[in-house]
Amino acid sequence: MAKARLKVPKKAKKGDIITVKSLISHPMETGQRKDKKGNKIPRKIINNVVCNYNGKKVLESNWAPAISANPYLAFNLRASESGTVEVIWTDDDGSKTTQSAKITVS
Amino acid sequence: MKKARLIGAAIVGFGMTLTAAAYAEDEVRSGYYWATEETKAMQDDDFANPGFIWVESGSEHWTKVEGDAGKACQSCHENAEKSMVGVANKYPKYREDMGKLQNVEQRINECRTKFMKAKAFKWESEPMLALTTYVRHQSKGLPVEVDIDGPARKFYEAGKAFYNERRGQLDMACKHCHQDNAGGILRANVLTQGQSNGFPTYRLKWNKIGSLHRRFRGCNKQVRSKPFAYGADEYVNLELFLNHRGTGLKIETPAVRN
Repeated sequence: MAKARLKVPKKAKKGDIITVKSLISHPMETGQRKDKKGNKIPRKIINNVVCNYNGKKVLESNWAPAISANPYLAFNLRASESGTVEVIWTDDDGSKTTQSAKITVS
Repeated sequence: MKKARLIGAAIVGFGMTLTAAAYAEDEVRSGYYWATEETKAMQDDDFANPGFIWVESGSEHWTKVEGDAGKACQSCHENAEKSMVGVANKYPKYREDMGKLQNVEQRINECRTKFMKAKAFKWESEPMLALTTYVRHQSKGLPVEVDIDGPARKFYEAGKAFYNERRGQLDMACKHCHQDNAGGILRANVLTQGQSNGFPTYRLKWNKIGSLHRRFRGCNKQVRSKPFAYGADEYVNLELFLNHRGTGLKIETPAVRN
């Protein structure tokens, strides 16, 4: 159950720098730990994050096992047009979690 | 002359013991006080604070109908953002019919089994953590105020005795770290006063939110004593004592600690 949160300002002026904040609940299991019986716990992390702004990719990031659990990612974006900001997190098992928010640019 | 100097020394010495005592007993400080700047920033921003994942999920559990009675929390309590304000900061409470104290987790499970006719949540399970965090979060910013008078007095005293009692192979009591040495360093960690106002707390070490009783169990294990079960009477009594000890502090749920 990956729960994702995304925060984008509702309104912005054209050309403004806005801050996009995102958080996803995820165990980010590194693959280095062992369970009580000594068996390796398989790696399960989010290995890729993409942000699309009106369908256009504006950020892509590859993540490694050292990223903490429940990773928080904030970044800046120039507000150029009204539309949707969408963040897609890709899990090791291939599943994707998507969260999007609308922004009105005037 | 000599005598005067001696008296002066005695006054200085007396003054020092006074401040030391005041630090440990009168100056109540939340764990926030000793947290690093980064951890504080994480707690202060409601968005960056990962504890809010549980607050959100708690709000979903609040409206979820479960059990044979076909009820959800909101069927009786309506909007938690109004009805639950100033509720959890008064727990644990003395329950006359039970003849003992009851804390928030136990109250939630009582509601579930008695009124919703649903299965009780397991302690420290995801839904239990989420709901407790959600309920306690509604009291955020309100002072901790527990009632220790009347019938609750006995349980308060029991909690206090537990707090001051040595246990485990290391023969240590809660007070040895959290009262006598609060603000000091234990290996690489800063010892806090061990206040309970931020619980359930998101601990970076745990990578998730955890209950106060989980923390109790952790502490008990660290002094190499056998921990009590989640929700044990000993822990609920201790919870009452701790909450009272933190009188004046404000609820910070969900707090972030290292």
